[in-house]
Amino acid sequence: MLIGAVTGFAVATTTGLPVLGALGAMAAAALAASIFAFLVLTLMANQVATGLALTIFGTGVSALIGAPFVGITTPTFGPIFPEALTSSPLLRLVFGHSPVVYLGLILTLAVAWFLARSRAGLILRAVGESDTAAHAIGYPVLTVRYLAILFGGAMAGLAGSYYSLVLTPMWAERLTAGRGWIAIALVVFASWKPGRMLAGAYLFGLVITMELQAKAAGFNMFAPEVLAALPYVATIAVLAIISAAKRGGANAPACLGKSFRATA
Amino acid sequence: MAETAVAPRLELKGISKRFPGVVANDHVSFAVPAGAIHALLGENGAGKSTLVKIIYGVQGADEGEIVFDGQPVRIGSPREARALGIGMVFQHFSLFEAMTVLENIALGMDEPPPRRELEARVRQVLDTYGLSLDPYRHVHTLSVGERQRIEIVRALLQQPKLLIMDEPTSVLTPQEVEQLFTTLRRLAAEGCSILYISHKLHEIKALCQSATIMRGGKVVATCDPREESAQSMAELMIGGSLKALSDKSGAAKGEARFVVASLSAPGEPPFGTSLKDVSFAVRSGEIFGIAGVAGNGQNELLAVVSGENQRGVSGSIRLDGTELARLSVGARRRAGLASSPEERNGHAAVPAMTLTENAILSARSRMGLASGGVIRAKAARDYAAKVIEAFSVKATGPGAAAGSLSGGNLQKFVMGREIMQNPAVLVVSQPTWGVDAGAASFIRQAMIDLAAKGACVVVVSQDLDELLELCDRLAVINEGQLSEPMAVKGISIERVGLLMGGIHGAGQVGAKADTGTGRAPAEKKHLEPAL
Repeated sequence: MLIGAVTGFAVATTTGLPVLGALGAMAAAALAASIFAFLVLTLMANQVATGLALTIFGTGVSALIGAPFVGITTPTFGPIFPEALTSSPLLRLVFGHSPVVYLGLILTLAVAWFLARSRAGLILRAVGESDTAAHAIGYPVLTVRYLAILFGGAMAGLAGSYYSLVLTPMWAERLTAGRGWIAIALVVFASWKPGRMLAGAYLFGLVITMELQAKAAGFNMFAPEVLAALPYVATIAVLAIISAAKRGGANAPACLGKSFRATA
Repeated sequence: MAETAVAPRLELKGISKRFPGVVANDHVSFAVPAGAIHALLGENGAGKSTLVKIIYGVQGADEGEIVFDGQPVRIGSPREARALGIGMVFQHFSLFEAMTVLENIALGMDEPPPRRELEARVRQVLDTYGLSLDPYRHVHTLSVGERQRIEIVRALLQQPKLLIMDEPTSVLTPQEVEQLFTTLRRLAAEGCSILYISHKLHEIKALCQSATIMRGGKVVATCDPREESAQSMAELMIGGSLKALSDKSGAAKGEARFVVASLSAPGEPPFGTSLKDVSFAVRSGEIFGIAGVAGNGQNELLAVVSGENQRGVSGSIRLDGTELARLSVGARRRAGLASSPEERNGHAAVPAMTLTENAILSARSRMGLASGGVIRAKAARDYAAKVIEAFSVKATGPGAAAGSLSGGNLQKFVMGREIMQNPAVLVVSQPTWGVDAGAASFIRQAMIDLAAKGACVVVVSQDLDELLELCDRLAVINEGQLSEPMAVKGISIERVGLLMGGIHGAGQVGAKADTGTGRAPAEKKHLEPAL
């Protein structure tokens, strides 16, 4: 996400085109994901360890690239709906967002349809359920996994660019403040179902907004740090509840985190 | 079988495949005519699986030629194999548990039609061959026999000219085997050739018209299984004569020594089986068998008896009158109850640890391998070495990692580790699963010898032949319930099969029923190859 955020910002400020910024963010993050893919798929490195290492790498690289861009502003996405539609607060709730928000919603639906209905989605699920079986039938397990990781990287990049181009149109080190971890928690929370994912995203969004609103309202019963910690506390709470529930993780792909050696 | 002028459906010419350190196939040649059911026989590691993977395009051959319907072909992938008309039913690893039957079938096809049309075609194939299967069930809810039907339907939808069946009957009930054979004979009559891989010789005698026997990667014989005896084919397979198991009759004596009464336990969610009121009693010197199709509570029973699972368990487990049901695993071991679970890699043994360390894990108290919390390294190493020696385990020594041993050798080590502690009761699950004939025969003999010393032996196995050969009495487990025990002498295979399929209260049917999977009682004495 950080690599996406900084690349998006850099491209958008240099070219003056936020759309190019978002595309650049996706490409750069996919490139970073391809390092991950190469390490875990081709070299069969441990996925958790590799993921952690690349997180640290991403934080550092984004700070390095971002150094010249600290303290300047960027052109951002204009509204896509006519002004008349955003005149009242209620209408703004529906029409007043950045195009990236709508794109996010559309992509969620698209991914849900892809996984449930399309043949390629069926193959993707199959490769996640049982790599050996998919290989025996003759599907290219590693190719499918490469594509999935690249797609995931691109999506993370897009999410990162939303931070630097829309939410806070500026760049600072560690801009995303660890929100990417919440994305991982969300997947578990949603038990690998895109629909629930959307609901969960709004739930977490609500918790994050509560922090801002509470500050704005001058609510000072707790230190602001406590409020800032809320989304992360919520993440831990949700994961604990899900794991304690009997069917917790029942939907996780059976081959999650397993390497595959294509010889057998 | 008469030679015909027509080119054979499949002809292999000098196929070779080498892996680092081993030649899996060494100039293998044979032919399968159209409409024939041809057996490919051999022990584990003989190269059968590699060979069919080459035919199905999963692996490439280093040398040699495949001729299909008279045309030399190159099969670079399973997709190309299917395009030629080659279908394959895998032994395992080819179904996706979390998906429906229909999704699984669609995944096995290159250009599946839309869902509705596919469903109609699946139902048509099911009707044609008299198979029953619900396309919308999730695979994890199906029995092994039903799962196999998915694979068969998947292959049949492609209208294959050659169907490869890899060890198809290893987990089926006798009735399911019969049904499978009916389907296969019908397919063959329609002109489809079948390459049938197995090491169950009586099945091959019942089904196949010709057989190729492999050993050590080479073809050692081609024969007509209907004219060979099972014994002669077995000896060709292992390349030597099989030692018959020593007579064990009359070893069982006295009162019941190991008594399990009204044992119940809830199953582990989401897919575990609950044990319901399981009772059985084993006398000194007796080998007691528990038959059943996989997933009917065998693993749960073993976990409860060994003490691994104590959650929600009710009932009693008594050895020589002492109650064990409330004791820990370690205390049960000290009392003389040894056990060995089905999965040897990761359950019975820790693959990354050495054989010495694995020996300590289960034998430390009975063999004094640790005292006061400190491991006695020399005693442990000596014990592991003794097991390796006595059970002829092929390993570099006590320092070898358990995971580096072949399945059969690790199983010999695990069994040896338990048996040499001289337990009063030995409870084992699938003692010879995936183990080659020589090792299987060795392990069985070791259990017979243990029983001869007065111990009680409980063998849980899916291999009915093994139980019939080994046991004095057996009972059938189905959905967590155990049937009444039956004496193996004069047992009705048909009744056992019905019990395995979950039909309780099946009437006593005459012992004459020899369904092609069972053996007539008279044959029991000499070695029938339950390999």
